[in-house]
Amino acid sequence: MRLLAFFASGLALGVAPLAFAQSGNLTLPKAVEAGAAFSIATAGSGKATLYIAGLGQVVKRQVDLGQTVNFPVGTLYSAGRYVVVLQGDQEPESGEFDVVPAKGVAELSFLARPSRLPVGLHDAITGAVYVFDAYKNLMVAPTPVSFELSGPSGAAQKRTVVTRFGAAWTEFDSTARQGADKFVANAGAASTRRVISQVPGDPCGLTMTAKRDGKQVELQTAPIRDCSGNPVPDGEVVTFTASFGDDQSTADVPIKGGIAKIDMPIQDGALISVASGVVMGNQIRWEK
Amino acid sequence: MLRRLFIGCAGVALAAGLAAAQPSVRVEPATLQGPRALAEQTANSVIQDYLQSWRSLSVALDQNNPELLDADFTGDAKSKLAETIREQAALGMSTHYQDLTHDVQIVFYSPEGLSLELTDMVQYEVQLFDHGKPEPKQQVRARYVVMLTPAQVRWRVRVFQALPGD
Repeated sequence: MRLLAFFASGLALGVAPLAFAQSGNLTLPKAVEAGAAFSIATAGSGKATLYIAGLGQVVKRQVDLGQTVNFPVGTLYSAGRYVVVLQGDQEPESGEFDVVPAKGVAELSFLARPSRLPVGLHDAITGAVYVFDAYKNLMVAPTPVSFELSGPSGAAQKRTVVTRFGAAWTEFDSTARQGADKFVANAGAASTRRVISQVPGDPCGLTMTAKRDGKQVELQTAPIRDCSGNPVPDGEVVTFTASFGDDQSTADVPIKGGIAKIDMPIQDGALISVASGVVMGNQIRWEK
Repeated sequence: MLRRLFIGCAGVALAAGLAAAQPSVRVEPATLQGPRALAEQTANSVIQDYLQSWRSLSVALDQNNPELLDADFTGDAKSKLAETIREQAALGMSTHYQDLTHDVQIVFYSPEGLSLELTDMVQYEVQLFDHGKPEPKQQVRARYVVMLTPAQVRWRVRVFQALPGD
């Protein structure tokens, strides 16, 4: 219901250039669409200067009173409130009118974050959009914006949001597969795309095995994957720790070829553990 | 609820802190859309910087000096104001803007924190000068929508536009 009211007010704005407001010798439009032609009627006789001033533009014309002053397409294109002063031989006349954004979305300002994140996070990708017309005026009438996030597998998350004061936002989960996701915002004929790089998450189900290798013990993990099955990239560090009484020795080993592997001197009876970041793996009590 | 209270109180503090010659400022509780919380300090900074931008544009349009916009405006808002100043200068005109009252409400804080939107029901006086000759003052009441983005040490106005028909 509220949405309908918004659209109704938007439609009312659309016909506003047809309405006029009269103030003494001046007949002004109530609103003019950005870039559209418009006219201002004057009454009386003689010469005068007509000023139209806003924060986006200023226009000054010499006019013959009693004539309608026509302004061609493209005269006023910056949306906002404009004051009008008609200065002739007699008392000056004044008034004001609005220039409203042109119809049709021409440009989207799209802020998408982050550009890189782990897979499988809830509401971790956000997008905010501002909609503009062809003259870079913020389109303040409610406008539907559709957001779509699609992963390498082609599965997409979609949502349509109606702008409020020209802005709309959404949030999506990062997908389960690593790779480059396309994050697209569409409104009217305008479309903007961002790429979100999704990388594997933390290791999941980290396990290792131990076997004697001469005087040392060879420790090796199983292929390391995140909880969605994506291989954790080489270079991530896995920490092996051997504890015996108060003695502790550790080794930080980068993943290579999908696994981490090292030979360590380990006493009989030591407790060996493996971890990566905040993720703990299994433990092994080393016995001869 | 707590956040609304903070911002409401901030508005009272702002109004009380302003000198008599300054415009009166009322800050409405924020009605934020978006998941990002707005800290009281951020809200106060944004509003202070926004009010400062009115002072800047007033002096810049009075003196026809677009460089005075640099500190407070950026992007399209700065381009449009600078263009207005160039048009004024070419026509031998200048404009004096004096803001009288502000009724400000923050309405959007983007999720990544890189933009913020507020509305302001502002009352101001406009006086045109043609080759130094003053035209009659005109009082305007309009609701503005303003988008600001953070710069190094302050928020700058990126979009500055009156809403139609109020």
